[in-house]
Amino acid sequence: MQNPTERRPAAAPAAAPKRSATPVAPLAIAINGKPYEHDGDPSMPLLWFLRDTLRLTGTKFGCGVGACGACTVLVDGKAARSCLLPMQNAAGHQITTIEGLAGDSLHPVQQAWIEEDVPQCGYCQAGQIVAAVDLLQRKPKPNDEDIATISNLCRCGTYPRIRKAILRAAESIQAQKK
Amino acid sequence: MSEPIDRGRRRFLAVSLSVSGALLIGLRSARADDNEVPAALLGDDLTQLGPFIRIERDNRVVIGARGCEIGQGVMTALPMLVAEELDVDWSQVRVIQLPYGYVETDQGASNRYGDQGAGGSTSVRDGWKELRQAGATARWLLVQAAAGEWNLPADKLRTEAGQVIAPDGRKLTYGALARSAAAIDLPATPPPLKSSDQFHIIGRPTRVADARDIVTGRSEYGIDAYTAGALIAVMLRCPYLDGTLDTLEDSDARRVAGVRDVIRIPGPKPDEPFRAQLADGIAVLADNTWAAIQGRNALKVSWKQGPWSKESTGALAAKANELLDKNEDGVVVRRDGEMDKPKKQARYKVQARYEMPFLAHATMETPGALIDLRQDSALLVASLQSPDGASEMISSLTGIPRKSIEIRMTRAGGGFGRRLENDFVGEAVLIAKAAGKPVKLIWTRDDDLQHDFYRPFGVHALAATLDRKKKVTSWSHYCAATPRPYRENGRKRRISDGCLEPDDFPAGLVANLDKTFFGVASGMPRGWWRAPIHTFHAFSVQSFVDEIAVATKHDAVKLRLEMLGEPRQIPYSGHGGPTFDTGRLANVLRLCADRIGWGVKRDDGHGIGIACHFTFGGYSAHAFEVSMEGRELRIHRAVVVVDIGRVVNPLGVEAQMMGGTIDAISTALHLAITVRDGEVQQKNFPDYPLLKMAEAPQSVDVHIVESTADPSGAGEIGVPSAAPALANAIYAATTVRVRKLPLMPELMRKL
Repeated sequence: MQNPTERRPAAAPAAAPKRSATPVAPLAIAINGKPYEHDGDPSMPLLWFLRDTLRLTGTKFGCGVGACGACTVLVDGKAARSCLLPMQNAAGHQITTIEGLAGDSLHPVQQAWIEEDVPQCGYCQAGQIVAAVDLLQRKPKPNDEDIATISNLCRCGTYPRIRKAILRAAESIQAQKK
Repeated sequence: MSEPIDRGRRRFLAVSLSVSGALLIGLRSARADDNEVPAALLGDDLTQLGPFIRIERDNRVVIGARGCEIGQGVMTALPMLVAEELDVDWSQVRVIQLPYGYVETDQGASNRYGDQGAGGSTSVRDGWKELRQAGATARWLLVQAAAGEWNLPADKLRTEAGQVIAPDGRKLTYGALARSAAAIDLPATPPPLKSSDQFHIIGRPTRVADARDIVTGRSEYGIDAYTAGALIAVMLRCPYLDGTLDTLEDSDARRVAGVRDVIRIPGPKPDEPFRAQLADGIAVLADNTWAAIQGRNALKVSWKQGPWSKESTGALAAKANELLDKNEDGVVVRRDGEMDKPKKQARYKVQARYEMPFLAHATMETPGALIDLRQDSALLVASLQSPDGASEMISSLTGIPRKSIEIRMTRAGGGFGRRLENDFVGEAVLIAKAAGKPVKLIWTRDDDLQHDFYRPFGVHALAATLDRKKKVTSWSHYCAATPRPYRENGRKRRISDGCLEPDDFPAGLVANLDKTFFGVASGMPRGWWRAPIHTFHAFSVQSFVDEIAVATKHDAVKLRLEMLGEPRQIPYSGHGGPTFDTGRLANVLRLCADRIGWGVKRDDGHGIGIACHFTFGGYSAHAFEVSMEGRELRIHRAVVVVDIGRVVNPLGVEAQMMGGTIDAISTALHLAITVRDGEVQQKNFPDYPLLKMAEAPQSVDVHIVESTADPSGAGEIGVPSAAPALANAIYAATTVRVRKLPLMPELMRKL
């Protein structure tokens, strides 16, 4: 039997725009180093383009109002809530999602997350990891207050292990640079 | 809570070879045909891989995890039980999520994997024997196969790290033996299990088995499933409790690009048993989630209030207090001895009332379901806690027999009891039926906070008398609450079930005891919320013990220890019984007091509070050190000590205690669902502010008591004693007694 819920990227839904008669030029966007085009509603948040169109489902929906951070991605290297970022504003930028963090090996933050055994339900962790990557770019040696500026929510209460994982990742990144 | 398990249902192991030559071993009902392997067990497709164990020819071992992984760690802990007795190296093991295993044979219905639900902290407790037995039987077969190969008696052979070893040192890998092992008849009696000194996986700190998938974004949750041809649905539901649609104008919604359909989904009638959906509503179906949300925003709708238009949190509190004042027609939950005489002879009388808010579950992954209804079969992919309930619901709504309903289980982005109800599955089925297409239903956060099965609201009135020696001579606990039973579907529950547990502390420890319940009528849906019952009443009980200690100038730890008395087993009829060990609770309390530095005089303005509780077979104590800096609460230290019997995965249990403590702090400090004019007032996280990292303690000092008792679960025990310990610490720091949750708004009001 075929797996009926394949997760391969599907073609963008063939949505015939009913509202506007004037055709809009597709928006160009780079995601994890690959070029994509979006010819749907330019006000659609990046989150739904990633999930529904590209089937990059590692970026999660949590609140839709930028409060929880489950949808955090990097926009030109900086953390942003993709649920509030319309495609027309995301277009032309370099987007990195949780799927694009690892190269040949895991990103040091991902590795630290495994080593400190951070995830419980795991749902918010992609957003937490992306937020931590952003933090460590700005603050390579973060103190406790720096870490606490991450405002992503975790209902499972993994915060103490997130703190440990960020400190571990910071050390590992420093060690790599030497 | 999961349904009580049919303990009489005998199961044993079924063994077979897959087409690729892998050895398959799993539990099967004794009533199933013993000689034939279900077709679904064959093949390499993960969704069809039935049993727990698959041994590949290269000696890698795949172990199926049968439970619903909601963050409690069963994806790791349950396969550890199998791997231990199979006697493989954990590094050889790859864990996969099993699908729902409902099967029907001539002998009736069963589940080929056993109980798969997640509720009541039972997964490890139930798997402790069954899953080790599955591993041990597989190991036995492999040893028999090696014995045949070498022509040696099986009892001369031993196993280690996925190999059978002969006395002369010859070795055969499990992979090499799998084919011949599968041809051997099952043992007549279950093979013996290891003694605990032989354990090398159970008890060893083990990281989350599928952590790599999680940190790379590849892990699949219910919300991540897509299927060809499915439309995305979002619903607009009546905001009024049991209200109904008045007028609907959907032409604008239908004009939104990508919107394909708008479908009425009528709600249930008030008081009708709960069968599918919670509320009257309208589904908007579209090509993608954004279009569906835009379509919903474009609906022009007016709603009619239902019978609860006057319901508000203030009115519920007033009603609860009125019932407690009147004290008429209460439901007796437990009565021991008599109350009048101790009252007359009392040297001290203490009483207090505590108010508990409604709570939402707010799982990080909102509810939702992907459903594909076909001619005579169905597929569901969703984040679940009760696949049994989902299967029953789909069948009852569609007429499709349960054996033809395939349920693919995924990781769930939190559970906390929310997914014990399958209303979101019911809605998806109703929409898919009407649309004639596969449907993926998405709930937004406002849907989730506004249409939950909330933890009940209530007021606890406690009173105690003490004699000259400060011994508690009587204890009464009256509770007036919106009852947990809600639109019961066939199940007969007592009205007090889920709010007041008859045998909880100090029942059985105080000679004269009165526990009485009063139901407060409410239209709010009620459900199970992590450590239900216990999080609802332990706050009042453990705060009140502290109040007694203060009123009688007694030490709060000594008072608890005196009440617990000599170590002994006393009867406990609730979940986690049949007994409650006073010595184990006293032990965690003492250890916790030691670790926080109880009794040390302080001059830094910091306050220390402590509390303890028994939940679902486990014993916990929490202590906090706090101070106020201006109007901000600082939690300097958090300590939790638990005794949950033997620990399968210490790293997982530590995570549950740390997380449970933080979840409890988050909830106790800030969270409440309120209702006004028949409508829930909270809509998103800004109104329901889960704790952020900045407010959480930097670390939680978790101490797990070593024990050889059979394991109890860890998912819920980390919560109930935390809120009262925190309130007791706040009292110690400020002399302000907070008797109403959430703590912070009440503390600010009183300071």
